[in-house]
Amino acid sequence: MAYLDIDHLEKSFGATRVVKDFSLGVEKGEFISLLGPSGCGKTTVLRVVAGFEAPSAGAIRIDGQDVTALRPNQRNIGMVFQAYALFPNLTVAQNVGFGLKVAGAGRAEAADRVKEMLHLIGLPDLGARYPFQLSGGQQQRVALARALAPRPRVLLLDEPLSALDAKIRVSLRQEIRQIQQQLGITTIFVTHDQEEALSMSDRVVVMNGGIAEQVGAPFDIYNRPATRFVAGFVGTHTAFDAVVTDPDAGAVTLGGTQMVLGQSLAAKRGATVHLALRPEAAHLGRVDGRETVLTGQISQVNFMGSIIRVTAMVGGTAVTLDTFNRPDTPPPPVGSNVDISVAARDFIVLEAD
Amino acid sequence: MTDSSLPAGPSPTPSVAKAAQTMARPRRTVGWALSWVVFILGMIYFALPLIGMIEFSLRKRRDAYSFDAYTSVIGDPQFQATFSYSVVMSVVTIFLGMALVLPAALWVRIRLPGMRPVIEFITLLPLVIPVIVIAFGYLRMFNTSSLLPMTGSITGTNILLAFGYATLALPYMYRAIDNGLRTLDVQALTEAAQILGAGWFTIIFRIMLPNVFTALLSGAFLTFSIVLGEYVFAALLDRPAFGPYMIWAGSNQAYEPAALAVIAFTITWGCMGLIQLAGRLFPHTRAKR
Repeated sequence: MAYLDIDHLEKSFGATRVVKDFSLGVEKGEFISLLGPSGCGKTTVLRVVAGFEAPSAGAIRIDGQDVTALRPNQRNIGMVFQAYALFPNLTVAQNVGFGLKVAGAGRAEAADRVKEMLHLIGLPDLGARYPFQLSGGQQQRVALARALAPRPRVLLLDEPLSALDAKIRVSLRQEIRQIQQQLGITTIFVTHDQEEALSMSDRVVVMNGGIAEQVGAPFDIYNRPATRFVAGFVGTHTAFDAVVTDPDAGAVTLGGTQMVLGQSLAAKRGATVHLALRPEAAHLGRVDGRETVLTGQISQVNFMGSIIRVTAMVGGTAVTLDTFNRPDTPPPPVGSNVDISVAARDFIVLEAD
Repeated sequence: MTDSSLPAGPSPTPSVAKAAQTMARPRRTVGWALSWVVFILGMIYFALPLIGMIEFSLRKRRDAYSFDAYTSVIGDPQFQATFSYSVVMSVVTIFLGMALVLPAALWVRIRLPGMRPVIEFITLLPLVIPVIVIAFGYLRMFNTSSLLPMTGSITGTNILLAFGYATLALPYMYRAIDNGLRTLDVQALTEAAQILGAGWFTIIFRIMLPNVFTALLSGAFLTFSIVLGEYVFAALLDRPAFGPYMIWAGSNQAYEPAALAVIAFTITWGCMGLIQLAGRLFPHTRAKR
């Protein structure tokens, strides 16, 4: 059994089923992200694990102990909130030591732990400050230290980076991951930001409409999305419908072009399969080793710094591709005709809806 | 390229700008003078009656200003007895009000946000229903021949009076506390404390109370002022409170009521000063201002 076991969880608010038969096993020390759009049920799952919401059905077990009926203050779980939720009347040190004081830790022991935690988050000299005297990033670091100080069994992070600006977000997510690995604490991270989820997690759970659409390592989630939703939510893709010509050989026809996808297909001969193509898998011009060539007309060019995103109309389908910026090569002009080279094995076969 | 070769832009020349500035200056001076006139008129409107009352309270001695009226009021055993009684009653009322309102306001914010309009309406009722109606209702409900004969003993009547005062102060106490809670993310703070192992006692006394302390003080001082001046409840329940004493003094003496009014003003202003001071004493409340 997994260290944290979420077993057939259901949660309804009135007639609305927010979480539907959600099961997940999290190993000790693992960092799991719940990724999904607003209203997909990811925060509800987190709040049920924390004990703030009672499940309509199912069970939560931590290290073999059923905690479903326990109140939040009996679960020994740490949590970091989106809005920091630092106690305004307490100093940084008092905030960090709050959980220890509530647990009845000795004064010297608590002081040592607070010092250790402040060192861990890189703010050893700010113990005497009040939350209003800190920046957003510093406040969230303190919130992390406060959550970790009582040595919780599980750490829950509820969109902790959403309220911060882009640069701080990137640096803080690296810090959080580093601290998590250093302490080896089992962590569930809720986010709607795919970049955060992919860069920080051991595994990602992509949620939609209260169910887990796909659970897997970031590499698998991105490169082998199981459904159209996952392919669309995680990263950008161009969707194609192809007709199966030989399921065992993985052969299909796409707009009259024969391709062998490099994997056998579950669909029957003559059936339609959904294919997805990532922008980085398509190349401008003819490229050796990429046997499929699509001809189209450029309809949009977005210069994004290191990357240029080009959209070309290929037989009525808008194909998106990314190309690296080169200072000596300006982006192709809108309206020009281009060849787009693709390797058939780079097409992702999606499950039928 | 030299500056002279630049095309003439839409910006005014220095001399035009200077002329515009010179025209704007008298307009600003007139506005400034007008605001001072309004301010001084306002001050006169509020301060003159007060100055007149203070001056009158000092004229008990025929040929000179003196504090005779104040000495007479403060030395009056009845003043001392009624004032002390009302102070004790206000302290009891303040604690009673806080004990009722703080958990209720917190609960409404966390668990029953949809009930807020209903609770606000209930707390406003004492402002709409005349005090005499509430007082008669109490007397009818708790008289000696009722199921709960609270008016049958002095302690029972005092308790009844404290509850009556708490009802009168409810609109002010609720609003003060609710305004204090509005400045906090109550839900997140409560959940943060709970997940760290805290129970409701710790949440209320270690987190919520210190953060709404200034708001609580405002509610407390408003309650104090209401209790000190309240007449109907105390008179109908026949308790020796300060309100009935002020009415009695007003109808039987000349200079003492003015002195009493000045004392009451001083107490109110003192309370306001204390609220300000309390705000400065707590470092975390400094950030909110």
